[in-house]
Amino acid sequence: MTVTRFASTDSYVATPDLTMAVNASVTLARPLLIKGEPGTGKTQLAEEVARSLGKPLLEWHIKSTTKAQQGLYEYDAVSRLRDSQLGDARVKDIGNYIVKGRLWEAFSCDVQPVLLIDEIDKADIEFPNDLLRELDRMEFYVYETRELVKARHRPIILITSNNEKELPDAFLRRCFFHYIRFPDAETMRRIIEVHYPRLKPELLKEALESFYNLREVPGLKKKPSTSELLDWLKLLLAEDIPPEALRSTDGKAAIPPLYGALLKNEQDVHLFEQLVFMNRRNAR
Amino acid sequence: MLVRFFLMLRAAGVPVSLTEFLALLEALKARLAAADVGEFYFLARTVLVKDERHYDRYDRVFGAHFKGVETAFQAALGATLPAEWLKRQAELLLSPEERARIAALGGLDALMEALKARLAEQRDRHQGGNKWIGTAGRSPFGAYGHNPEGVRIGQDSGRERSAVKVWEQREFRNLDDGVEIGTRNIKLALRRLRRFAREGAAEELDLGGTIDATARNAGWLDLKLVPERHNAVKVLLFLDVGGSMDGHVRVCEELFTAARSEFKHLEYYYFHNFLYETVWKDNRRRHAERLSTLELMRTYGPDYRAVFVGDATMGPYEIAQPGGSIEHWNDEPGAVWLERLRRAYPKHVWLNPEPEDRWDYVPSIGVARGLLEGRMYPLTLGGIDRAMRALNAR
Repeated sequence: MTVTRFASTDSYVATPDLTMAVNASVTLARPLLIKGEPGTGKTQLAEEVARSLGKPLLEWHIKSTTKAQQGLYEYDAVSRLRDSQLGDARVKDIGNYIVKGRLWEAFSCDVQPVLLIDEIDKADIEFPNDLLRELDRMEFYVYETRELVKARHRPIILITSNNEKELPDAFLRRCFFHYIRFPDAETMRRIIEVHYPRLKPELLKEALESFYNLREVPGLKKKPSTSELLDWLKLLLAEDIPPEALRSTDGKAAIPPLYGALLKNEQDVHLFEQLVFMNRRNAR
Repeated sequence: MLVRFFLMLRAAGVPVSLTEFLALLEALKARLAAADVGEFYFLARTVLVKDERHYDRYDRVFGAHFKGVETAFQAALGATLPAEWLKRQAELLLSPEERARIAALGGLDALMEALKARLAEQRDRHQGGNKWIGTAGRSPFGAYGHNPEGVRIGQDSGRERSAVKVWEQREFRNLDDGVEIGTRNIKLALRRLRRFAREGAAEELDLGGTIDATARNAGWLDLKLVPERHNAVKVLLFLDVGGSMDGHVRVCEELFTAARSEFKHLEYYYFHNFLYETVWKDNRRRHAERLSTLELMRTYGPDYRAVFVGDATMGPYEIAQPGGSIEHWNDEPGAVWLERLRRAYPKHVWLNPEPEDRWDYVPSIGVARGLLEGRMYPLTLGGIDRAMRALNAR
């Protein structure tokens, strides 16, 4: 059985364990739950999977107010009521007021689509439970029109979570799971090469060093992650900062330039400046 | 062979079910991982493990199963015992005196013998249905699956030494919030502390308002929406860990679990014995990542309600004297810091897991109660209930 397999692309570096997780869930048609630090490319993964398998991507972004039902369909009773007051003929057919959700779209797609359910942990605690049957059987029932919607092709479902809420066991049972670890220096180098192929090696080396040093600073509220590093490098390139400016060993230039791209929290910046100040004093 | 792997995972506290096991077999049938241990490792992890906290447990079981490395200890018992379970046994079975004695003897063989004897004994009781053996997966000491070395006693003497060291250091684990049994009642008690407020997006149909507005609109529909009601109460939880609190780990975990799911705005910090100039959020990194209590008071406003959880059982000097803390030099006594926190958070209570009738016999509890002006309650359902009423009083 030869299915098109997912692998690293020219714009995304996938580690072997991630590749295996994606391929397993594609082959067995199970949803894949992806967790990991913010900024490690969870959402981007779905785009890359869709691109490398040549399938359409449907995105369903979850907010704290999202209900599971909205992913299936919504019955727009209000417009129907309004139309009835206006005497519109459309009002006779309830089907006119059924608005398809993302899941329905995915189920009715002509080819097998990739469906991204982004940040599922943002929703209400019961949200995953309400999707159990839909994810399991890939079908649901529309009560208003008495119609059973079945997936024409089981979509490849990728679900991301930031761990803000625990997900229920019954839901986890139905998913495969992968935790994206923070990349080690070697993987990081490959990721940067993919994004900035013409980066000067010495700049890369210095930048990575000060990046990993920064991650080691204890007590940071939000550690800088891959996406922040990439943003920072972009800035460094745009400003044409020489690699020497990043060298943090001499006490004076200990603050990496443009560090605002790496630290996203004023308390972190404050803490960091204090540490640098202490370092300078010690260096004297 | 895979069935045994499956059972070992379960024994080690990785919650795998039959569905997942069948899914793994299906995946193998689909030739997702053929004849490569590395691939199989990733595949089985993806299919079987659903939480990164269990990765460590999985790794250990995988290693033990597939490298055929059976620890000498397990061989001696003729059974596969998960390290965590063993560790917990060791802690429960050997009293501190015994541990000290063994350490004094310097003989790990003696230690092994004692453990083994105890374990044999314990197994009989297991048949009798002593429940805490079955709860190995929820062992407080295994909380987040970080069990460096564990009691992998055996293999070589170097290992053995490190194992002893590990369990001497183990005291400060993060509380596992995965304890469900018994938390329902606590949740119900915590429910007393509710302050409903309508905040956020207007989502809910305001029926009365809609009828009113529609009538005013001469029968044309005019919908009115209001935001949903949420529990808007904010809680700051301070938990004592380590030392004399070890005996209360279970009940504290239950409280913590219940509080986590009950309050939307819950911040928690740990302290040791009494409140001083710093608190911390992660017990594994408690020496590196501390938050100054002053900064904490600046960060969280007085609308937070503070709940301290601790047995307040210590030398009275730990509260009253500068430098009284048992682990660092504190310039100002704990009493001053508690007073500051009390001022910062006028709504506060102290929950004490020690039984209420013992309070009079422990001088430090008396001191703490004096400082708190009586706002100390026992960590029982009734006590929580009373405490929540006290927090609710305006």
